[in-house]
Amino acid sequence: MAQSTDVLQHPGDAAFTLPPQPNLIARAWDFARRKPLGAFGAVVLLVLVLAAVFADLIAPYDPVAQNVPHRLREPGAQYWFGTDTYGRDVFSRVVFGSRVSLYIGLMSVCIGTAAGVLIGVSSGYIGGKFDLVVQRIVDGLMGFPPLILALILVVALGPSINSVAAALAVTYVPRVVRLARATALSTSQEMYVDAARAIGGSQLHVMLRHVVPNSLAPVFVLATGYLGTAIVAEASLSFLGLGVPPPAPSWGGMMQFGARGYLEAAPWLTVYPGLALSVVVFAFGLFGDALRDVLDPRLRGR
Amino acid sequence: MRQYLVRRLLLFAPTLLVASMAIFVVMRLLPGDVAMLILGGDASSPSAQQQIEVYREALGLNDPWPVQYLRWLWSLVNGSFGGESFVDRESLGAIIGRRLPVTLQLAFYAVVISAVVSVPLGVIAAVMQDRPVDYLVRVVTIAGTAVPNFWLALLALLALSLWFLWTPPVFYKNLWEDPSTHLQKVLWPSLILAWGFSANVTRVTRASMLEVLRQDYVRTARAKGLANTVVVSRHALQNALMPVITLSGLQLAGLLGGTVVLETIFGLPGIGQGIVLAATTRDYPVIQSLVMLLVFMMLSLNLLIDLCYGVIDPRLSYR
Repeated sequence: MAQSTDVLQHPGDAAFTLPPQPNLIARAWDFARRKPLGAFGAVVLLVLVLAAVFADLIAPYDPVAQNVPHRLREPGAQYWFGTDTYGRDVFSRVVFGSRVSLYIGLMSVCIGTAAGVLIGVSSGYIGGKFDLVVQRIVDGLMGFPPLILALILVVALGPSINSVAAALAVTYVPRVVRLARATALSTSQEMYVDAARAIGGSQLHVMLRHVVPNSLAPVFVLATGYLGTAIVAEASLSFLGLGVPPPAPSWGGMMQFGARGYLEAAPWLTVYPGLALSVVVFAFGLFGDALRDVLDPRLRGR
Repeated sequence: MRQYLVRRLLLFAPTLLVASMAIFVVMRLLPGDVAMLILGGDASSPSAQQQIEVYREALGLNDPWPVQYLRWLWSLVNGSFGGESFVDRESLGAIIGRRLPVTLQLAFYAVVISAVVSVPLGVIAAVMQDRPVDYLVRVVTIAGTAVPNFWLALLALLALSLWFLWTPPVFYKNLWEDPSTHLQKVLWPSLILAWGFSANVTRVTRASMLEVLRQDYVRTARAKGLANTVVVSRHALQNALMPVITLSGLQLAGLLGGTVVLETIFGLPGIGQGIVLAATTRDYPVIQSLVMLLVFMMLSLNLLIDLCYGVIDPRLSYR
């Protein structure tokens, strides 16, 4: 493919000066004006993060301390979301549950993204037999319904917060690999990669300094979307009794607890954790959509 | 196109093999000795040790992994589907024969409901872009993708029992055994599954229709005086369906995953509920064969969809 140099020279380049970079607040305000739904999602997610960080200050009661005389109180002034069969405050447990959700979401996405980008980019960049083998493994893992793959991994690793995070990370890796490989393939056709190679950059140097950083934007969009998916998956696994073990306050676990025999007698046990989960996932969806619109140049201006 | 299809067919077997290896290896990571788990986890006395040894030999757990793997693979092919349950010794053939129809019926209803509802809704939303109908469809579909299906299921059960004093029948019956019980049992899970499934299908139908409706050939069709319904159904919709079908294939993964949770909540004795039950009792021959079955179903359906592309869109064969 003939590379023409005139691409680099636009008419009027000399007269073109960069506009002053807007500061963070101005950019956030601009985002909020252009994508009100996305901004709403971002605000909800901010609330989630604050709730997780300051859970000790927000929650009026200890999330695991039992207070049997106060068992199964209806929601009211003293217990906003009522109490469960051990007299534990449901509101406090929902607040602390945000920690479990966020921890598992962030852990699985970070590990999955790091591993996936590394494997995907090297697979795309090295190519050959290595690429072929990696792609077959990715195909095989993508053949699983994600929840099922996570489920058997959690069964194998044993029930704990970290094994749920690990299982969801493994489920996520093939999706990142596929995306990172595709972007790496197109990135390595760019001229600056040729240039870096021409001035004597080693294979590894070119890959890590030039190909990886320029393949990240689509991966970030995928990661935002997967955060919400991972949080639902954790809740589903815990709901099935195969995720985070009690007494840790996980939203899915709380719902399983409520649904087993107390669905009608004490619906608040099931309804509030599910509401928290739905609002968070909804917020991730809105924020992710807006982020994709902003970052994906093909959708710009719609 | 033909080259692509041949490649796609040739890759089917290796993909299945890799998936089966993944399942096998994961199942071998199970903590503790499986034989010990079956016998109740007590290995202190010499007689128990001896018993465990006998059991391990009988189950073939003393053989090297590759031998065990090949034996499992062969049993999948020769019709015994991986032996029998550790817990109640029911053969896997019988388990699958009993559970597969339940999941297939549930998935079938969900797909039919979403096909009937989501494509027309997407078309209507696209034709009425930015009018109240469009906003309503968008809100409902976003909610459909955001609300976790198991919470929705619990809310449905709660509302039905509190307001209508209705609870689903206790035992499941197949359609051909007892249609009334069957429908009462599967109606709600099918609807909930269909909502999640059709939400995305509707969104993509809408987006794809919006794109096609701006094409020149649609304007031409309008200009030569065709009625709006003809333009939309004959000229626009046919060309907008391609991404919808692609997405439906991708969505199958979510659908099959969703059956696991919904079958458990609604007490439907399908494959998903079987996997969850087997997972809680560590019944690994059942887990690995049932999971393999789901993977096989998903990969074959995706292959089928890819093979259908050429039929649906004849333009592809000229590329």
